Amino acid sequence: MTAPIVIVGAGQAAASFISRYVALGGEQPLLLVGEESHPPYQRPPLSKKYLLGELERERLFIRPLEWYQEQNVSLRFDTRIDSIDRERREVLTSDGDAIAYDKLLLCTGSSARRLPAAIGGDLKGVFTLRSVADIDRIAPQFKSGHRLLIVGGGYIGLEAAAVARQLGLEVTLLEMAERILQRVAAAQTSDYFRNLHQQHGVHLQESVRMSRLLEQNGRVCAAELESGEIIDTDLVLVGIGGSANTELAQAAGLDCDIGIRVNDVCQTSDPNIFAAGDCASFTRNGVTVRLESVQNAADQGDLVARHFAGEDVHYSALPWFWSDQYDCKLQIVGLNQGHDRTVVRPGSSEGSLSVWYFRGDTLLAIDAMNEPKSYAFGRKIIEAGINPTPQQVADPATDLKALALGK
Amino acid sequence: MATITWKMEDGSEITADVKDGLNLMEAATANNVPHIEGECGGCLSCATCHVFVEPSWFEKTGEVDDIEDTMLEMTDVEREDNSRLSCQIIASPALDGLILHVPEPE
Repeated sequence: MTAPIVIVGAGQAAASFISRYVALGGEQPLLLVGEESHPPYQRPPLSKKYLLGELERERLFIRPLEWYQEQNVSLRFDTRIDSIDRERREVLTSDGDAIAYDKLLLCTGSSARRLPAAIGGDLKGVFTLRSVADIDRIAPQFKSGHRLLIVGGGYIGLEAAAVARQLGLEVTLLEMAERILQRVAAAQTSDYFRNLHQQHGVHLQESVRMSRLLEQNGRVCAAELESGEIIDTDLVLVGIGGSANTELAQAAGLDCDIGIRVNDVCQTSDPNIFAAGDCASFTRNGVTVRLESVQNAADQGDLVARHFAGEDVHYSALPWFWSDQYDCKLQIVGLNQGHDRTVVRPGSSEGSLSVWYFRGDTLLAIDAMNEPKSYAFGRKIIEAGINPTPQQVADPATDLKALALGK
Repeated sequence: MATITWKMEDGSEITADVKDGLNLMEAATANNVPHIEGECGGCLSCATCHVFVEPSWFEKTGEVDDIEDTMLEMTDVEREDNSRLSCQIIASPALDGLILHVPEPE
């Protein structure tokens, strides 16, 4: 019997790979190995509807458990892979089992960065937000009247702030940089979200450095800022970014940089080993990128399945992202890295606008806040390689649909 | 509960009983309906759960709001008058017997 295709890591990329492989009639046996106790689930709702208590756990699952069984996919949950033996083409579980593979797909994802233990990162009441288990731990403490301190003004921190305000917590958010979202968005987008959160009563502080968390009986009770200010709190949520889970790949001697290095078919430096999703890094427009997004995980997983099925495919998908905060739907298309100009397009209603990123004359990306037309037609415009002028973009009278159709 | 039928372009069909309150993108992926992906989980950002509603059923599936209407511009197979994003159709007894046609991207 031939060895199976072994998929390590049961997230979006794995689910997408399996779905496509099965749909294309792939004949090799599949084995999915995951550290958690659940089939692959959607992570984006974790910091939104799931935390809000509006979505039961089973509805997070990308496919129900029975689906994998119906497709004859072997499943091993609660199982950690400790090492890869590339010579023997085997992975070794933490229980000491050797599992032979014909091809290996690493979908090991990424982990939330934590605050160092030396400044209180390990105290009780300090959380990160990445897995369903994280939310199950934090949700019972998300109670009206509790004080929540969020460290980090990225999308996860902002989404959690929105949920917490909706549940009646008192929320303070600290951002070390000059502005929230500084690493990922233009100042106009930061301004939009700063206003939104302030309107909803979040105490938002930028350009502040926290020196440490303070404890009482082993549990966090306050944060001390470098200015000496003390902020009392009941809970701390740390949202300071993530890093790729490359340990397994690195230990096996695969090329790694900010992620597990892959080519345009998601193949690592070992031809029998592939990587997809948050853990993989690749070159886009001459720049090394690693994306933490559903789109990237789903499209890369899908691409590996097509590659295995013999299709001539190369990864070039246009990235897209979204975030929901209060009644604002943010939709992003493209990658804005390297932009040298931003143009604001006024929205069609109050509380809506879009920010368009250009490098020279080239349109790179769009942040659309409650402005789905900018997102939907902007995506078509970028895909078609049409580069509107900044004047066209800024003019609310410009018909984006016509522009997208090249008219 | 509603019995929903998805009809594929090749003539094959999938029929399933769907619990009230579930959206029909979730129901489709759970029942292995091809070409329905639902990458964004039903938050109107991906347009990968496009269906054509059997015209006699269209009105019963509910209103198409502005966001859905805009996102329908992004579907792989071009929209028609009876297009919906199936994540926005919620199963209820009123939809018992609903027929959805699944477009197949090239």
